[in-house]
Amino acid sequence: MSTAATPEAQQPAPLLRRVLLQGKYEALTMLRNGEQLILAVVLPLLALVGLTVTPFLDGMGSSRINVAVPGILALCAMSTAFTGQGIATGFDRRYGVLRFLSTTPLGRGGLIAGKVLSVLAVLCIQVVVVGLVALALGWQPTAAGWLPGLALLGLGAAAFTALGLLVAGTVRPEATLAITNLLWILLGAMGGIVIPAERLPATAQAVVHFLPSGALGESMRAAFLGGAVNGSAALILLLWTVIAGAAAIRWFKWN
Amino acid sequence: MVRSPQSPVLSIHGLIKDVGPLSSLDGKMLRVVSGISLIAERGQVTALLGANGAGKTTTLECAQGLQKRSGGSISLLGQDPATAGAHLRSRVGVMLQDGGLPPSARPLPLLRHIAGLYARPWPMEDLVGRLGIDTFSRTSVRRLSGGQKQRLALAAALIGRPEVLFLDEPSAGLDPQSRQLVFDLIAELRNSGMGIILTTHLMDDAQRLADYVYIIDGGRNVAEGTVQELLQRSPAAEQGADQIRTLVFEAPAGLDLSTVLPDDVDMSEARAGSYTVTGALTPRHLSALAQWWEAKGIMPASMSLQARSLEDVFLDISGKDIR
Repeated sequence: MSTAATPEAQQPAPLLRRVLLQGKYEALTMLRNGEQLILAVVLPLLALVGLTVTPFLDGMGSSRINVAVPGILALCAMSTAFTGQGIATGFDRRYGVLRFLSTTPLGRGGLIAGKVLSVLAVLCIQVVVVGLVALALGWQPTAAGWLPGLALLGLGAAAFTALGLLVAGTVRPEATLAITNLLWILLGAMGGIVIPAERLPATAQAVVHFLPSGALGESMRAAFLGGAVNGSAALILLLWTVIAGAAAIRWFKWN
Repeated sequence: MVRSPQSPVLSIHGLIKDVGPLSSLDGKMLRVVSGISLIAERGQVTALLGANGAGKTTTLECAQGLQKRSGGSISLLGQDPATAGAHLRSRVGVMLQDGGLPPSARPLPLLRHIAGLYARPWPMEDLVGRLGIDTFSRTSVRRLSGGQKQRLALAAALIGRPEVLFLDEPSAGLDPQSRQLVFDLIAELRNSGMGIILTTHLMDDAQRLADYVYIIDGGRNVAEGTVQELLQRSPAAEQGADQIRTLVFEAPAGLDLSTVLPDDVDMSEARAGSYTVTGALTPRHLSALAQWWEAKGIMPASMSLQARSLEDVFLDISGKDIR
């Protein structure tokens, strides 16, 4: 039969094609999911508008919008890499999708690479949408801030992806749903990501600097407000990436 | 029986799999596979038969590289699946027991995506048409019936035109028409040279499909052979009962058959008016029974005579206790 096993051994598609395909598939799945879209785009935009019409950020920069946008971009990274990707991975694990795909030429490495790629793709869309809305609202980013800002946003996405995979790979999907949503709210409101640590209660400030949310928020504001790299915040993000990544590799359960 | 395979696609020797540590065992490991060995050949259907929890799926998942083995050796197309890469995986198709399909996906885009992972996938239209997926290609996986999901999972396993196909409980949830369709395709794939390894706890499936059967119980091999060999080599058969038949008939309740048939057959009235006679039945037994019915003026409402099945052999070997 010509369509079944052939004398010539089957070959996998090239590695890059496999990873790109998986990244595209996961990104489209994420963007077609209404709840994910609300989390990734709608809520950050609402937060952006909210921060520009309220006085929370007054006195921290040249304008409310200039202070708000870096934090909102950081929130986008947390939404997509941690909450959205974590929930999707948790349920993929429940339904055996991870196990099935790891038996295909994609394999476990390709699957993880595809997930990272999809997070980056959605994050790019978020940056464009939030950036355009922010520009319409009067955002004036420092030109020198784009390069370090986007690089640190990528590092933040890596840290939150590792954390999302750690949660999704170690607890039930219902628990992943609860944990990632709860942390999104807590870190979003009190984690120094949108509202700078200086505006939080004194007791919270010491802790917030060491959270991935606080480190990402601070480093994004340093980049886009002053064109600078906050070395200590970047180091903290890097440590979270390495530690959470190692923990995910160690404890992630595919079954 | 020791097999001398011409072209094994899968060889497992002394597979051991421990899980845990488990709190229910005071932190000790639980051995779920204790030395299973098997060989599967190209162009054959090899079945792993066993009750739930016998170790079938664990064995398969070790062979697919999904679980790390604790001991023993596995060779899949000449490579160790635990360390092999994309090239080996491209030659192997896997249909998992739970499908492994994302609930939000639609069949066609999902199959197109999986097909893109291979250099020379099975032509989509042909595969989709043969498995009848075109009738529900736009319905999301979560809305599909059990049988539709099974057919889609089979298509996903076949899309890469594998040389080896693993099927874990392939007929679970299939309606009779789908079952026939899937069985016909499996037979065709086998004839095309594909090596097929399936697990099932449905004896009828194994009897219809398998060229060679391994019976697994408690994580060990307990018997192996062709269906015919197993029927002839079961404990009952070794007692000279390879001609064992079962006669079931419906007649008025409360009949005493003990004076009609000799002691070498088992007789029982499983429920009022339903009689079962089991043993090495011969025409003499049937004649005696018919003459007695005639003398008593009894006409059975129904009657069937069945040869021993693989299920009888399985129950002989693995016992009848609920696991």
